[in-house]
Amino acid sequence: MSVTTEGGAPEPRRTSLLELDARTRRRNRSEARFRAYGLAAVTVAVMALVLLLVSILSNGLSSFRQTFVSFPITLDADVLDPSGNRNPEEMQSVLTFSYGPLVQQAFVDHVAALGIETDLPASALGDMISDQAPAQLRAAVLSNPAMVGETIDLQLLANGRVDGVFKGRVTMESAERDALISPEQLILAEQLRAEGSIITRFNWDFITAPDASGQRPEAAGLGVAIMGSFYMMLVVLAFALPIGVAASIYLEEFAPKNRLTDLIEVNISNLAAVPSIVFGILGLAIFINFAGLPQSAPIVGGLVLTLMTLPTIIIATRASLRAVPPSIREAALGIGASKMQSVFHHVLPLAAPGILTGTIIGLAQALGETAPLLLIGMVAFVREYPAAPLDGLFDPASALPVQVYSWTQRSDPAFVERASGAIIVLLVFLIFMNAMAVLLRRRFERRW
Amino acid sequence: MPLLWTVSIILALGVVGYVMGRKRAVATAGGNARILHSLPGYYGTNVAIITIVPALLVMAVWLIIQPILVETRVTEMIPASAIEEAGSRGLVMSDVRRVAGGLDTAIEQGALTEDEARSIRTEFTNVRDTLAGVGVALGSDVTPEVLSAAQRYRELSRSGNLFMTITLLTLAALGFLYSYARTNRDFRARNWVEASVLVILMLASTIAILTTVGIVLSMLWDSWNFFQLYPWQQFFFGLEWRPSFEGGSELGLIPLLWGTMYISLIALLVAVPVGLFAAVYMAEYASKRVRSFAKPLIEILAGIPTIVYGLFALITVGPMLRDYFAEPLGLGSSSSSVMTAGIVMGIMLIPFVSSLSDDIINAVPQSLRDGSYGLGATQSETVKQVILPAALPGIVGAILLAASRAIGETMIVVLGAGAAGRIDLNPFEAMTTVTVKIVGQLTGDTNFSSPEALVAFALGLTLFVITLGLNVLALYIVRKYREQYE
Repeated sequence: MSVTTEGGAPEPRRTSLLELDARTRRRNRSEARFRAYGLAAVTVAVMALVLLLVSILSNGLSSFRQTFVSFPITLDADVLDPSGNRNPEEMQSVLTFSYGPLVQQAFVDHVAALGIETDLPASALGDMISDQAPAQLRAAVLSNPAMVGETIDLQLLANGRVDGVFKGRVTMESAERDALISPEQLILAEQLRAEGSIITRFNWDFITAPDASGQRPEAAGLGVAIMGSFYMMLVVLAFALPIGVAASIYLEEFAPKNRLTDLIEVNISNLAAVPSIVFGILGLAIFINFAGLPQSAPIVGGLVLTLMTLPTIIIATRASLRAVPPSIREAALGIGASKMQSVFHHVLPLAAPGILTGTIIGLAQALGETAPLLLIGMVAFVREYPAAPLDGLFDPASALPVQVYSWTQRSDPAFVERASGAIIVLLVFLIFMNAMAVLLRRRFERRW
Repeated sequence: MPLLWTVSIILALGVVGYVMGRKRAVATAGGNARILHSLPGYYGTNVAIITIVPALLVMAVWLIIQPILVETRVTEMIPASAIEEAGSRGLVMSDVRRVAGGLDTAIEQGALTEDEARSIRTEFTNVRDTLAGVGVALGSDVTPEVLSAAQRYRELSRSGNLFMTITLLTLAALGFLYSYARTNRDFRARNWVEASVLVILMLASTIAILTTVGIVLSMLWDSWNFFQLYPWQQFFFGLEWRPSFEGGSELGLIPLLWGTMYISLIALLVAVPVGLFAAVYMAEYASKRVRSFAKPLIEILAGIPTIVYGLFALITVGPMLRDYFAEPLGLGSSSSSVMTAGIVMGIMLIPFVSSLSDDIINAVPQSLRDGSYGLGATQSETVKQVILPAALPGIVGAILLAASRAIGETMIVVLGAGAAGRIDLNPFEAMTTVTVKIVGQLTGDTNFSSPEALVAFALGLTLFVITLGLNVLALYIVRKYREQYE
């Protein structure tokens, strides 16, 4: 037994094999080190994922709960229904502006009735309630005009800063530096909460309401954005699936090997790698500036995302067509089917689960895409829900990921919470879609 | 007649064609479907296809060509003085289109009759107020030239639309009659239908080419316009990025390119070691259990939308780097920085590098490993001296693809990198990238004839060329140096 030393000359080994020499120990140490690097790399990647999710969840979960102020409001018939016949159409003419003083006065009375002593002027008390509250009250009154003249208990949105007090975003120290809330208001809010007049509860409006202006984060919701995203997904599904499947069938089953086919293949693989923002430029130049389609419309967003999703769907469809064994095609041809019949009657149905899975994954990608939508004007501030399809496809709308972006651009820190909440909604949709894809694959996947 | 109606009529005609064609085929065979050449359904489908498809194709072409023709005809009417006054031809034309659209709305809402819309003159009516009354706001008063051009525009579009409707319906009817007359029991309906379906499939697959052509043409066209307004030397070699919408902007590419490259470099410095080591560990060391749990977790990172990473950079990584590194070290006080964007982008790229490298490492045949072990190498020596060299071309390809991703990434840099174009070595300083500026110059109300907006198309073209180059290079390296194990 001998080992070759670095000098090259063989040298009889004097020590026992069971005792490691220095060189072996060094090699073993380097082995352990290498292994540790690998483990560290995996840990770093997993930790990054955990940190990302924890950061989003801890910032965003609170956005699903909202602080409300509840107190009795006397609906003064003289103000709200000057003509006195409770006709909702005539009451439309009383603007939100007139409801404001009513809300403020009722709140001031309520604080006094509870016996809470405060030096705050009435306007400072009114500021604790959201600017959205008069509009909330107006909507409630218009939907049920019979309430006018009576005293009702209503839960109205609290101001975003008051909301922040109960979510730990606003503290005594920050309130002192803040022009929008004072420490006295903060103390009063705590007192009202102890009396049960301020409550924090689950807020469906965050998911269903439209966006609100930068001064009232408490009222901002995702309704229009979710509708816009949904419409875009409809457009993507309607265009990308048929075109993608048709293109894949041609390339996989019929295309001759020639220049054109090569060109198409190269193009598809390149399109899959083109940065998404370039598709936005394409959409702006072709669909909006050239074809004259409206800005901010789901149809334009849908078309741009269709072009982006096509390569994904084509690649998945081709893979699942290729997975259907040739014996199926040959059997069909053997009993007299034409080539076209063998594809449409036999190969395509067998490949359908794979195609569906690929389509869902493509849609999930499209749902999270932001950059191209910024360029085609989906960042616009939209408060109106789009109409039902097909007209609604041409109405302005927002989209979930774009809503996240526009909320991050606003100055009020409450919008950071809202943006994280919107991300949670987006991630829930994505998890649902991916889970469906995995389930479909498990359920229908066939191996030959 | 609205377009939707025309399309519906054509489609309805197609359905009728299917039913009648099928019936006629069966009738010519005396009710015995077995002596037909094809299955009865094919005869029906044949009639439906020949009714619908040519009409819709002509419609698509018509819809593209008509506006171009109308525009050129109307543009001839506008005197050169009006163009000079407004700044550019495009601006006058967009006014014309707005007025024409406003007149349509006014007629729809009953504020004007068809005759009034055709004959009003700015001398007698305040067109701007009339249109404002129906909710169409115009930026300035309507000049007589613009109004008459708008009226001409409407006239041409209307007659064009009418002509199109007639042509399409005639075409559909002719197709219907022709194919119906041709239907008899010896007609080879299946062959015809299959040939048409094949053509449709082929057209679908050319969409990919059309998209590429669309991308290139749209960017080339507007970049060309940009270089008419701004010298290309100053764009490609300019060291300053200072757009100002009052004119006199400095639009140099270099600061943006510097920011892009710096951020991408940091992203790769994070992603390549982590991704590569993770891939090696997964492929060579990890037990089946660890692999089945860690691999999907890492791949989740690839499925997370980039806006989520952007928000992560904005609210977590940025403030953390500022508070724990930049400020104590005296390197800056900005939470958006090259480092923030680079690190977060690196995290995004980890799964990209690791899953591509994983596949490549797994493709190295077992015999190479066994040979190396047989010579007494340890596992890490095998990885370093046998597997990685064998997998090198693939890994380089993966890294180049990751670099192309990093350069084209938008949302992370928009939220994490900052907006000021700057050439600096300090990684804790905010810098900006090509993609951030594309978003910045094209978001909001933009005037598409100013160099400040058009520069975005030149930036887009630069980005497209760089990423395309990297992708092609990656493919080339993989193909050229790939080891063939047989």
